[in-house]
Amino acid sequence: MTTLSAPTTNWRSLLLPFIGLLFVFGLFTALIAIFKPENLDAFLSSKNAKTIITQTVIVGVGALGMTMVITSGGIDLSAGSQIALTSVACAMTLNGFADGDPASIGALGMTVAVFAAMAAGAATGAFNGSVSCFLKIPPFIVTLGTMMIARGVAEGIAKQSQVRTPDNTLQTFMLRNPEPEWLFFAPGVWIMIALLVVVGVTMRYTILGRYIYALGSSESTARLCGIPVTKCRILIYTLCGILMGISGVMSYAFLGSGDPTTAVAKELDIIAAVVIGGGSLSGGQGSPIGSIAGALIMTLLVSGCSMLNVEDYNQKIIIGLIIIGAVAVDMWKTRRQAAA
Amino acid sequence: MAEGIAAPALQPPLLRLESITKSFGPVPALREVSLDIRAGEVLALIGENGAGKSTLMKVLSGAHRPDGGSVEMNGHPLALSGPLAARKAGIAMIYQELTLAPHLTVEENVTLGLEEGRCGFLQSQGAKVSAALALLGREDISPRQKAGSLTIARQQVVEIARAIVSNARVVIMDEPTSSLSKEDKEALFRVIRKLREEGIAVVYISHFLEEVNEIADRYTILRDGESVCEGVIADSTPESLVEQMIGRKLDDMYPHPSHQIGETVLTVQGVEGSPLPRGISFDLGRGEIFGIFGLVGAGRTELARAIFGLDSVKAGVIELASGARITLAGLTPLGALQGGLDYLSENRKDEGLAQNLSITENTTLSAIRKTSRFGFLNMNAEQAAADNCTKKLGVRCANTNQPVNALSGGNQQKVVLARMIHHDSDIFLMDEPTRGIDVGSKHEIYELIQSLAASGKSVIMISSYLPELIGTCHSLAVMHRGILSGKRGANDWNEREIMLYATTGKN
Repeated sequence: MTTLSAPTTNWRSLLLPFIGLLFVFGLFTALIAIFKPENLDAFLSSKNAKTIITQTVIVGVGALGMTMVITSGGIDLSAGSQIALTSVACAMTLNGFADGDPASIGALGMTVAVFAAMAAGAATGAFNGSVSCFLKIPPFIVTLGTMMIARGVAEGIAKQSQVRTPDNTLQTFMLRNPEPEWLFFAPGVWIMIALLVVVGVTMRYTILGRYIYALGSSESTARLCGIPVTKCRILIYTLCGILMGISGVMSYAFLGSGDPTTAVAKELDIIAAVVIGGGSLSGGQGSPIGSIAGALIMTLLVSGCSMLNVEDYNQKIIIGLIIIGAVAVDMWKTRRQAAA
Repeated sequence: MAEGIAAPALQPPLLRLESITKSFGPVPALREVSLDIRAGEVLALIGENGAGKSTLMKVLSGAHRPDGGSVEMNGHPLALSGPLAARKAGIAMIYQELTLAPHLTVEENVTLGLEEGRCGFLQSQGAKVSAALALLGREDISPRQKAGSLTIARQQVVEIARAIVSNARVVIMDEPTSSLSKEDKEALFRVIRKLREEGIAVVYISHFLEEVNEIADRYTILRDGESVCEGVIADSTPESLVEQMIGRKLDDMYPHPSHQIGETVLTVQGVEGSPLPRGISFDLGRGEIFGIFGLVGAGRTELARAIFGLDSVKAGVIELASGARITLAGLTPLGALQGGLDYLSENRKDEGLAQNLSITENTTLSAIRKTSRFGFLNMNAEQAAADNCTKKLGVRCANTNQPVNALSGGNQQKVVLARMIHHDSDIFLMDEPTRGIDVGSKHEIYELIQSLAASGKSVIMISSYLPELIGTCHSLAVMHRGILSGKRGANDWNEREIMLYATTGKN
């Protein structure tokens, strides 16, 4: 039984996800110090921190969208395909503006390209939500279908190859060492942080956010309380799609081209980040800041493992165990709370 | 009263609980509870919600380990280290929520965990299962039927058959009749009497004292985690039991309505569902408490859900005090709420409340715009509104940030009512508002309904518990197979007429 006052609980729950992150960080620092002391400086360098955080952006932004969907009791398996599709949409729009003159991609062209990617994501998300609601098909199945459809559309419009574009500023958004230097982190990282604030505030302090938790907790209660369930669900998937679109732009920035074959199985990393961050696949629970912490933990694992010269296949085994372990700890905590 | 109980007091106890204590953190749930159960008797375990009944039963079924005290079976100490140990000792629990696997057959369900095989292949135990069902006098249930195709009442019998096949000597039933119709209840009581004849001890947990009176031989009353008294049912009256349960005298369980009914605020015309209800029309006045009685499955819930726009119907129109005419086919719960209707669901656990949201979040959920601006929540206003409503209703909680699933049934129902009061509709549709809650809370809810009505709200109260309808309502109508009888003043009915209409549809 909790007797803590509300604000204390809030701060605790905000910081809680980072305890796991600190734990993983401390663990790898110790392991590297023992087994590969020559790599310790590299692991603890600010350069490495920047690399890890920059590499988290694509999964992190996607995880923010996925947090809304999972908390509302849904799932989006088409996330990876949406990232590929929107990165292609972004690149092709840029090429449209560059028509004939590569230097002509200005601020307008880039803005339109970003919006095109977001629109493509929004359309895919709206499709997911509408089909699931109106045809009453479980989102697992609908988004499994959309995973194939969106991938097919991406490959089709990209004519099964990478979409190369003339150089432009968007491509610098995921540079580890950005221009100007005072930014310290890549613009993409700052965008992720800004989106974290937006999604965090939305989920905690708005009516939509309350409805997301209510839908995930009990859809029939939500309906009884007059919540427009169908409208909300479609909106949630659409917002998720928009975030996948931004993630797609980051993917374009990272690769320097629109790639219809990128981000295969990325949805699983994204879902894992949400779950590690405290999201429940049965709905009603999820935390944007936890999901970002979850995404950081996954990148940190990869970085730490490679510093330890752990082979790729062993990295996969470790990440798998961490996912199961994180959920096991969470379930154990829930059970303890329920018993108290 | 069951006939011919052969002085059970002379038998030694089959199962004896001695000074059981159990605490969750600093909160003691059970304090030195002692209990005797004899072979071939039905022991009623009575107490308000939160009195410790469920905890005690969880100790008995091995789900919780007691902090102190002892359990003896036939004079030998018994260590209830887990559910399996309890089952092996012959203690079977029939839970409120049935636990059958719907896709397996009756036989597969009954023998689940007791499968007998030869060389790894399953051996049919159909004969054993048939024998158990026959013993219960329920040959009408075939071992080959899928459990999911059975009614709740029959599934319950299958659960009891499972207890018999696993050689249970003590069968614990937790509110077994809460979702049964009268006929099913009678059938269940016949099954319980068969168990008694077989020398099996039955622990019967119920809020319905009439039932306890009918089926039990002895009773033990729990209050605040202590066993306060025990005795023979034949020597008690429902009033004396209630007074022991709540620890005070009950002046009047039902506060009778004293105020006048005003002008018509709701006209319901020709509600036609598929298949229930059938052609229902009635008027509701301001301040009126209108009771609808009927057996489970009569279509009462369907009627309320149709009026609130939760389920689709073939036809039907409602007219509100504002003069608005609403076709039910196009009505949504949102529209109903905006029109000044509110609905209390009979299914508190899955529909009435969002179980893992907090008390505050549940209280403000249906009227969230009252405590928000431009789509942003005003948390302080929400908190104040929830504190106000929960205080008014006497919700017992540590604070309003607790998730509602930590509350007892009665307190949960008060949170539902807090939400309705916060939304402040004019017409309340209450479907089984006192189901599964303790006597004390029931009384508070009756009083709340009265004060709502006295302040000009109108209430439609649906119940399968006749005394509360007769005690609380101005007017009453009875439903039978989707058809509603004429509406009359509650005093213009007598119980015989009501039951006759409910069971036969004849006046």
